[in-house]
Amino acid sequence: MANAHTGAFEQPSSFAFDSESEAEIAMLIARYPAGKQASAVIPLLYVVQRQMKRQTDSAWVPVKGMDAIAERLGMAPIRVYEVATFYFMFNMKPIGKYHLQLCTTTPCWLRGSDDVVAACRKETGIQGWGETSADGMFTMTEVECVGACVNAPILQVDDDFYEDMDAEKVAQLLGALRRGERPPKGSMSGRQNSAAEGGPTTLTTLQFAPEA
Amino acid sequence: MLQDKDRIFTNLYGIHDPLLKGARARGDWDNTKSILERGRDAIIQEMKDSGLRGRGGAGFPTGLKWSFMPKQSDRPCYLVVNADESEPGTCKDRDILRHDPHKLVEGCLIAGFAMGACAAYIYVRGEFFNEGRMLQAAVDEAYAAGLIGKNACGSGYDFNVFVHRGAGAYICGEETALIESLEGKKGMPRMKPPFPAGVGLYGCPSTVNNVESIAVAPTILRRGAAWFTSIGRPNNAGPKLFCISGHVNKPCNVEEELGIPMRELIEKHAGGVRGGWDNLLAVIPGGASVPMIPKSICDDIPMDFDSLRGVRSGLGTAAVIVMDKSTDLIKAIARLSKFYMHESCGQCTPCREGTGWMWRTMTRMVEGRAEAAEIDTLEQVTKQIEGHTICALGDAAAWPIQGLIRHFRPMMEERIAAYKSRNVPRMAAE
Ligand SMILES: Cc1cc2nc3c(=O)[nH]c(=O)nc-3n(C[C@H](O)[C@H](O)[C@H](O)COP(=O)(O)O)c2cc1C
Ligand code: SF4
Ligand code: FES
Repeated sequence: MANAHTGAFEQPSSFAFDSESEAEIAMLIARYPAGKQASAVIPLLYVVQRQMKRQTDSAWVPVKGMDAIAERLGMAPIRVYEVATFYFMFNMKPIGKYHLQLCTTTPCWLRGSDDVVAACRKETGIQGWGETSADGMFTMTEVECVGACVNAPILQVDDDFYEDMDAEKVAQLLGALRRGERPPKGSMSGRQNSAAEGGPTTLTTLQFAPEA
Repeated sequence: MLQDKDRIFTNLYGIHDPLLKGARARGDWDNTKSILERGRDAIIQEMKDSGLRGRGGAGFPTGLKWSFMPKQSDRPCYLVVNADESEPGTCKDRDILRHDPHKLVEGCLIAGFAMGACAAYIYVRGEFFNEGRMLQAAVDEAYAAGLIGKNACGSGYDFNVFVHRGAGAYICGEETALIESLEGKKGMPRMKPPFPAGVGLYGCPSTVNNVESIAVAPTILRRGAAWFTSIGRPNNAGPKLFCISGHVNKPCNVEEELGIPMRELIEKHAGGVRGGWDNLLAVIPGGASVPMIPKSICDDIPMDFDSLRGVRSGLGTAAVIVMDKSTDLIKAIARLSKFYMHESCGQCTPCREGTGWMWRTMTRMVEGRAEAAEIDTLEQVTKQIEGHTICALGDAAAWPIQGLIRHFRPMMEERIAAYKSRNVPRMAAE
């Protein structure tokens, strides 16, 4: 775990894929033509990040993990480092137990992302972006549009979107996470996905053949 | 207004079962073999006749794009589906992936067959983890049911579909950056030509299409080009998914007819502008990249490619971002400038340096800490970037600022004047 105050952290001295990762890797590499296994570099970076989460409760990609990918895919290690740092979803240092990713792009901002940011700061005590709370529970990252703008503002926790957020819902959600609960993802106002609040304005007259 | 019977995405809101049983009940995979039996040329002709224009932002005719693929090829050919959906304001493909994934998988088979492709790669943005899982479940079911894979749908055609997860970079939505990324590299756009139809994925002929463009294809082929063109307006045919966000009472996604008046779209489906139509200030009608238009234009503008181009904006991804009179428009656009700076891949100097410069200048404009003459400088810089870069991200960064200056220059000047009057130099004030 990174020291929350100095940001210093240790790189593990070794990394080996566990059996769960090995099973995923076999499936992932098979998706690409023979000789084109470099295509699997992003998928394998996720494999490493997930394995670190399983083993240390912090989802990140250590250098030894990238080296293991390079070896597996027959790539120069630098090519893997380059990819890992070009994209935004790989954490190059340890993060908290929950990764709070706050969208602040204009459509979310128009609907109050400033309030969501302030509420997350208040609840976690985190001041700057990219920092981890003193208790190691939360890391706060500012992200660009996550593609759910009609349910703005969005707070993404790990891989799940919590939608239609406001300050009060942030307090509820983070409280639940602290207690080890995982509230259902999606709209926190309880509406039907991307349909208008109060019910869809379309698709109300259709009958389909029975689904059973 | 579009009627329910003419809607393509009948599970847009995820009320019904998204998977195979539910999809079949909604008409997907109904005798797909007979569509394939019409042959490649007939399918492409029907798509051309439908007038479908690409739903990824540029509006390029889909049938025509498919026809660029080689008739004979000694190399494999690929269909690449763009599910990177990252244009701020846009969240329509998400609903297809999670609620109607079989429309996309069936579309991949049909489009792939029509262009002689051996496989489709669907590039899903990394943040859509749950959506990607639903899509993968649909793909797995389709394999198990013999709908794709060897002898797909009993057609004698072998066709694979693979889901690939991206990792958070807007630029990977640009088609050549997407291909680079899929090959396992940094997502940096390639120079064109060569175009992907000649040299695409793994150096092979490839076509990149948006999720929605591919997912509507099966319905067009079932119901016919004439049905599709009967909806919408000439050269702007068909139903279209719209995303309505920002200052409306009820933000939502909805499938409507191209050419629907903007006001009707917002009032019928999104509960109207917050505080009423007269409280409207401006709308970004097609995702962050297109120039905003003021209320006076919004009053009677139809939502289609040509009408919006006619007012120097664009339909883009049909993501309608509504801003009421409480909005600080300069700040709204400055935030987009920050977005483009953050997302520039850095290959071209005008884009790399220009997006940073524009953001810094816009940040001062928000405060008014600038000279009025700098508005002209800012506009000139946007023109120096526009059209002078490898990919269209440079244009996309320039247009929102141009739209602001075009329609709201007095607001920017007022902000500057107000700042000056608050910060009168000491000497003069005494
Ligand atoms: C910076 C940039 C980002 C883009 N992002 C997307 C995207 O997220 N999804 C998409 O379908 N097209 C996106 N495009 C457009 C694609 O390059 C391409 O034109 C499109 O996928 C073609 O599909 P269509 O013909 O079906 O519209 C983007 C273009 C640029 C320049
Ligand atoms: S225009 Fe910008 S994003 Fe596009 S290739 Fe050039 S630097 Fe990269
Ligand atoms: S702007 Fe936040 S999800 Fe699109």
